[in-house]
Amino acid sequence: MNSADTAFILICAALVMFMTPGLALFYGGMVRGKNILGTLMHSMIMLGVVSIVWAIIGYSLSFGSDIGGFIGGLDYLWLNGVGQEAAPMADNLPHLVFMIFQCMFAVITPALITGAFAERIKFSGFLLFSILWVVVVYAPMCHWVWGGGWMGEMGALDFAGGAVVHMSSGASALAAALYIGKRQGFGKQHFIPHNLPLTILGAAILWFGWFGFNAGSALAANGLAASAFVTTHMAAAAAACGWLAAEWLHAGKPTTLGMASGAVAGLVAITPAAGFVTPMGSIIIGLLGGFICYGGVLLKPILGYDDSLDVVGIHGLGGTWGALATGLFATTAVNVGGADGLFYGNPGQLWIQFVSVIATWAFCFVMSLILLKIVDVIVGIRVTPEEESVGLDVSQHSETGYQF
Amino acid sequence: MKKIEVVTRPYKLDEIKEALTELGIKGMTVVEVKGFGRQRGHKEVYRGAEYQVDFTPKIKIELVVDSDMVPHVVKTIQDNARTGEVGDGKIFISPIEDVVRIRTGETGHDAV
Repeated sequence: MNSADTAFILICAALVMFMTPGLALFYGGMVRGKNILGTLMHSMIMLGVVSIVWAIIGYSLSFGSDIGGFIGGLDYLWLNGVGQEAAPMADNLPHLVFMIFQCMFAVITPALITGAFAERIKFSGFLLFSILWVVVVYAPMCHWVWGGGWMGEMGALDFAGGAVVHMSSGASALAAALYIGKRQGFGKQHFIPHNLPLTILGAAILWFGWFGFNAGSALAANGLAASAFVTTHMAAAAAACGWLAAEWLHAGKPTTLGMASGAVAGLVAITPAAGFVTPMGSIIIGLLGGFICYGGVLLKPILGYDDSLDVVGIHGLGGTWGALATGLFATTAVNVGGADGLFYGNPGQLWIQFVSVIATWAFCFVMSLILLKIVDVIVGIRVTPEEESVGLDVSQHSETGYQF
Repeated sequence: MKKIEVVTRPYKLDEIKEALTELGIKGMTVVEVKGFGRQRGHKEVYRGAEYQVDFTPKIKIELVVDSDMVPHVVKTIQDNARTGEVGDGKIFISPIEDVVRIRTGETGHDAV
């Protein structure tokens, strides 16, 4: 074990934890004022609930001994055997450190989905869905990619969670937006963000926390962590510029929401590639990520689904682009443990990435639809029209965010 | 006596108030209002989605003056509120039956 690595990953875990309240503000500012608390709650309560689910069973299903490449065993149920000794997945770290770092990823991923059904989901239904989702969708995905499962074995590259975190939440968000349906008045009324400064602050916190997310995924305080830190920052910077440029050309003015959205899109896009590409590669991935995700949010009104806060457009599309871009830009010059991509003479890697994209989308979309149906039957998933009209703050929590 | 109501641009309020004070007007009431005329509102864009916001913030000034003052007051307001662009607003003039000063009970001309 290595104390520098241990210190670094503990701090990274804390940084990743801070992304969830950051996400809460990012989303909270974009909804109408009557739904601010409900929206903040959707992210914040994941820190509570998912952490417990993770300790009880999620960690074991993700990182327990492999069963057929599909799921982890029950070796670590109730965190049995997860202590201060070296982690099986990273022998430079105490097992508890690896577990809690991974816990923070499990917390933020279902929180990302909440942008799709903001302003209309029933709190009880949302909680049940999220708990089931972590067990049935997140844990297998995590096992497939990082826990010794088939996707990792196949050679798919996913440094910090392009498939596990972003495509999985994007695909599930699409399922949720389609199943739960549009908000009342969608396409007729205005859904104008009520507090963009909150959104900008949230985006800034996400950017900050993402250094823990991506650099920490090196699982050591080393050169690879530094490389991932730099690629993360460059991609976010390039994507903020890319989105803004696309918007300025297309809609006539550069907006703050566009700048913040672009930065997040770049962070999403670089996530799978962060430890495999050069800084110049990351700038191209970010810049194109900004353009692609801007196009993604424009698709929403054309396709006619109400993904309230563009989880599909940003996390789904951005994660997909990042996974494919990893197959283009990856180079063993950055990471000997990785592989070369198409631009470094290995077209096979792009195919592997493509397979991982299709499998992730299909699995997460279908499983989420099934879970939504189950939850709908048991406790109900959508608030009544009257509850929706007064807002989630009063109808779900008996509180209001602002007193004027 | 006439009541004069002016709906115009908020940033013109100080100029209008000062010019009217110089003219000898002793009081007025100001409200913040929203509305639209030929100017309509403005466009807002969020992640590429355009929203037309119809109601533009305006101020409404209300004052009651003796009938012979009306032409001067209207001219002063027009001179100070006018930019020449759409959205300068409108002046409405209507008759007033009587005015009572609450403190003294004075009525009519004395109370204005």
